[in-house]
This record gives sequence, structure tokens and C-alpha cells, in this order.
Amino acid sequence: MTQTTALGVQYGPREGYADDVTRELVLELHRGMVRIRLFEEHAGKLVESGDMPGFLHLYVGEEAVATGVMSVLTDADQMTSTHRGHGHAIAKGAQFRPMFAELYGKTTGYCKGRGGSMHIGDTNKGMLGANAIVGGGIPIAVGAAFASQYRGDGTVAASFFGDGATNIGAFHEAVNMAAVWDLPILFICENNGYAEFTAQGNHMKLEDIAERAASYGIPGVVVDGMDVLAVRAVALAAVERAKAGHGPTLIEAKTYRYFDHQGIKGMRIPYRDAAEVEAWRERDAIKLLEVIGTERDLVSAEEFADIWSQTEAEILEAIEFARNSPEPDPADILDDVYTV
Amino acid sequence: MTTRELTYVKAFNEGLHQVMAADPDVFLIGEDVAGYGGVFHMFDGLLTEFGPKRVKDTPIAEQAIIGLGVGAAARGLRPVCDLMFMDFVGVAMDQIFNQAAKMKYMFGGGVSVPLTITTAGGGGMSAAAQHSQSLEAWLAHIPGLKVAMPASAYDAKGLIVGAIRDDNPTIVVMNKKMLGMKGPVPEELYAIPMGQANVVREGSDVTIVAIARMVVEATKAAATLEAEGISVEIIDPRTVQPLDTDTIVTSVKKTNRAVIVHEAVEFGGIGAEISSQIQEAAFDYLDAPVARVAAPFSPSPYSPILENAYMPDAARIAARVRAVVGRG
Repeated sequence: MTQTTALGVQYGPREGYADDVTRELVLELHRGMVRIRLFEEHAGKLVESGDMPGFLHLYVGEEAVATGVMSVLTDADQMTSTHRGHGHAIAKGAQFRPMFAELYGKTTGYCKGRGGSMHIGDTNKGMLGANAIVGGGIPIAVGAAFASQYRGDGTVAASFFGDGATNIGAFHEAVNMAAVWDLPILFICENNGYAEFTAQGNHMKLEDIAERAASYGIPGVVVDGMDVLAVRAVALAAVERAKAGHGPTLIEAKTYRYFDHQGIKGMRIPYRDAAEVEAWRERDAIKLLEVIGTERDLVSAEEFADIWSQTEAEILEAIEFARNSPEPDPADILDDVYTV
Repeated sequence: MTTRELTYVKAFNEGLHQVMAADPDVFLIGEDVAGYGGVFHMFDGLLTEFGPKRVKDTPIAEQAIIGLGVGAAARGLRPVCDLMFMDFVGVAMDQIFNQAAKMKYMFGGGVSVPLTITTAGGGGMSAAAQHSQSLEAWLAHIPGLKVAMPASAYDAKGLIVGAIRDDNPTIVVMNKKMLGMKGPVPEELYAIPMGQANVVREGSDVTIVAIARMVVEATKAAATLEAEGISVEIIDPRTVQPLDTDTIVTSVKKTNRAVIVHEAVEFGGIGAEISSQIQEAAFDYLDAPVARVAAPFSPSPYSPILENAYMPDAARIAARVRAVVGRG
């Protein structure tokens, strides 16, 4: 299903685009996306049932973006995320136990129960946290990239944000500054077509957000965000460019969220057409990779099924761990306000 | 032995030079801080000494300036990010109060943000409503931030060094009208830690808690009052977050009277917090209600006549002290 955008860029699976794909890579990327999918579906159900507190912005449908980009980063590379951040954290190496524990607000969570869903992340794995202010993480990622350049340590930064965030001033200021200083950073716009409940056509004139790159003098690339191999390929090129000292790249991944802006219940979609949702689900990233893997005889259907079931078991165990973890002590409420 | 004298801005500049020489992780970014040395000459000579990698002019982009500092600080560097005028904190406020201040707490303590923001506040220069403000109460209200307000050349050097060495996001608010004021400043590198008030002058009849340049006005008032037989003790908190309540309360328990002075508007100002802390800790010691001298609740006016009426000065402070000690 190759499509052509206003920029004349083709996206979607193309003949021969992934001829060098190995079995190991397919397994790694598949496992990565399944981990996100199942984590999110379980987390959504736990919040809907009232077992878990908080707001959940689920990443289901967009798994290929985080998984593809993160597959070319190391733990030393820094990443900033969004309010829809579970997928980025898992792709960057966050583990299920402290993830679920954080959502349950327990001391064993990544943020000791201080951050919850919207601030989740493992600072030891290069995550400068999820960020609940739209666009708030973009300048911070630029700072991480500045540190890479300042130290000359060969690391890069990646900042994830949505289509809506590209309308906020922080995006413009941060991308411009990174461009001026040739900082080693990837700006990854996950264009899921909606800023909360407002369709892209109602919040900007552009069809391709990648066009915004031209106003900062950097390359802008459109990629099919439902194709993890395509995402990986453009991310790899952007990392190479960054490490060569040539500066940032704006990557626009066309993707879609299957659930609502927040939560899982009922798919309140007066702002979306049910047929639109279904059309995107037909292009599901995990299904696509399974087709590529089996058609090319790299991975069997049974092996893919095993990944689903192993991940499911791991998640159920992590949920039990989180439920049984200790609650925080209100006496510690002032801990970590300041570094002392 | 006499200590040489430096201006307030030179003292700040010397502190920055020395701390950058001592620590290669310290860098400076901001609008016109490199080639021009900053519009107030706070950063003169730094580009020449430390080069363009460590001293950088930025686009006019306050959110990106502070955000870059947050990200670099989270990676262990010690950024100094300049906002030129304190009024510009509003442009960068998300990065200051939602990001820098909260990062450590909301990420469970896993990251520190040793970011220093420098800026210049205060009025008295006909700079009008968007270049004269004192917004320290706004900043002091945010858990996670520290706010320093040097009121002497000695403190300008010690507090910028102390702020950069502090592992928390700290805002150093220089006062524009004090830039050329001289005072004794040791040549060696020294740091004043956040949260240590300075007893500027000892006295027995009344405590004046004065913020930033109001320390100067309070000192003038104290000299006048001394001639009238009123002995004034002056406390400069130096930092309004953290606030050295102990030193203030100890003083008030001795003098039994307190007058708080700041340039910011009175309503919701830091004086309200200080007053509340005094009455909670020393109510039984007070011989008079705690008084405040501050700006009326309006934007800062342009006209020199209006601005003179707007800003607290030695005469208004002295008048309020006389009233508090019952000699008004």
C-alpha cells in the first residue's frame, strides 16, 4: 500500500526495501512491538476496572515508531517522551515490573510512585522522562544533545512528540536552536492525525509536518509509521547524520492511535470515523512484520505466537509484582524535592 | 588588612570567571552573553577567556535557552542560562516550573538538575511594566526551585558561585540598579550557600527584613533612625527560597518588632510569607503587628514621578518603622 505525500515522498512497504532484513532483527522488532501492545492493553483494562489510578494515554497502534527508532539507539543515547510515553519507555529498555509498579503508585516503580503514567521512565536507560506538557520535552532533548556535543561522547538524543506539539512555541524554539548549532538529535513527530480530539486539518495548513523542517534548514523525512523497518531505516540515517556532525533531522511518522486520546473505554469517536479507525487497523504494524517474517521464511507463525504468549505471561507476573509491592509512606512526601 | 572594592556587576563577573575556570562542566548560554558580554556587562570577558564552546549566544528563544539547560544539567553539566530581564521568566516559565523544578521529584529522585538561571530584576530606571518587575514570590512558590537575590557586591560573587555549585535549579536575580555599587570583595573564589541569611546590621528596637536593593534603602533608613534613637537590625535573607526563617525569627524575638521591605507588589509578595512565619514562630514576642513596605498593586509605571511613588525608599521605610515602634 504505497502512498505518495504532498512532498512527493513515497511511504509504505515497497518492493525490495527490506531485502537485508535478518531473522534476528524481525524477532527483536516483533518482540519490542508486542511488549508495548500487550502492556498497553493490560494497563488500559486495569485503569478501566478501577484497579489502577491515574490517566492513561495509550500508545496502541503507534508501536512501530518507538520500536523502530529505539532499535538504532543505545542506553547512552538520551530520549524525551510525551504524555503517551509507555511505548517509548518500553522500547528504550524499561522493564515491566517497575513500569506496572509505577502505574500502581508503588515504591518499586520507576519514579517511586511520584510520577505515574505521565512521567514514567528509567533515567539509567537514557530516558529524560515522559512529559505531560505538550512540547515540553523537546527543548530538554536539545539540551541532552548539547551535552553530547559538549562532551564529544558520540551519543545522540531523540525527542518524540505528536502532530499537535509542532504548533507550540517550544517546538519551534528547540528545533531552530538545535539546527543552528548542528546538535546530534532526532526530532520524531508521531503524526497520529489528531491533537487530542482535533483533526490535523483543523490545526494546521500542512499535510506533511516534515515540511516544517525546511524553515529550520534541516532535512524533513516522511515515513510510514506503521512499518517498523521503514522507521528503523530513516532513524538509522538520521543517527548517522547526527553523529557525523551534520545536525538534526525531523522525522514525521504517519501513524494512528487505536484507542481514544485517554483511556481505552468505548472508543468515544464522534471526532473520528469508525471506518477510518478500521482502515488503520488493517495496516497494523505488528501484522505487517509478521507477514514479512513468514513470507520470507525468516520466522514461523508458531515463533511469533510464542512471543505473544511469553510476553503475556511476563506481564501477568509483573502486574502481580506491582500489586504486591509496598505503598509509599506519606512521611517521605518531601523526599527528592531537592538534591541535598 | 583592607579588602579591595569591586562593583556589584564586576563581583558577579569575577565569580563566574573563577567558577568556570575551576569547573569545565560549567557553560554559559543566553541572548548576547558572548560577543556583547550581556546587556548589563555581567558576562564581559567570558567569551575571550573560555571560547565559543563554553560561552554561546543563542537565538531569542527563552524556552529553548532554559530547556537546553535542563537537558544538559540532567546529563551532569552545570549550565548557566541567562534570561536578561527577570520579566522574561514568563516566556520560559514552563521549562522553569514544570520541567526544571519538578524533574527530580516526578522521576523519583533519579536525576538532578544543577541548572543556574541568571537574570536582572528590579525597577527605578523608567524601564516600565515589562522590564522592572520583582517576581521572586512567584518563583519561591515552586517546590524544587531556589531563588537568590544578591544585595551587595560580596553576595553577588558568593551567590553566583553558590548557585552554580548547588545541585538544584537556582535562579540568581541581579538587581539592575545596584550594578555599579561598590563593596569589599575577596579576590579568592568563595561560595555562599543557599538559605543563609545575612545580619547586615545589628540593632535592638526593630528588625527590618529587606530583599535585594531594599537592603540599601533600609540601611539608609537605619542611619536616619539611629539619630532619632531607634536601633534597627537589618536581615537580608539573601535567598527567598530556601528562606532562613531561623535567623529572622531569632532577630524578631530580640527586637519584638518586624518590618518587611521589598520592591515587588505587596499583595502575595514574599513579605506575606515572612510575616506569616514570624507570627507563627514568635507571636508572643511581638509588640506590634508585623508591617510591610512594598509596591502598590499595579504594574510598574514608566514616569519617574510615578515610579518614585511606586518604589519603597528609605523615607517610606523610616516612616513605617517609626509607626511600628510607636513614634510615628
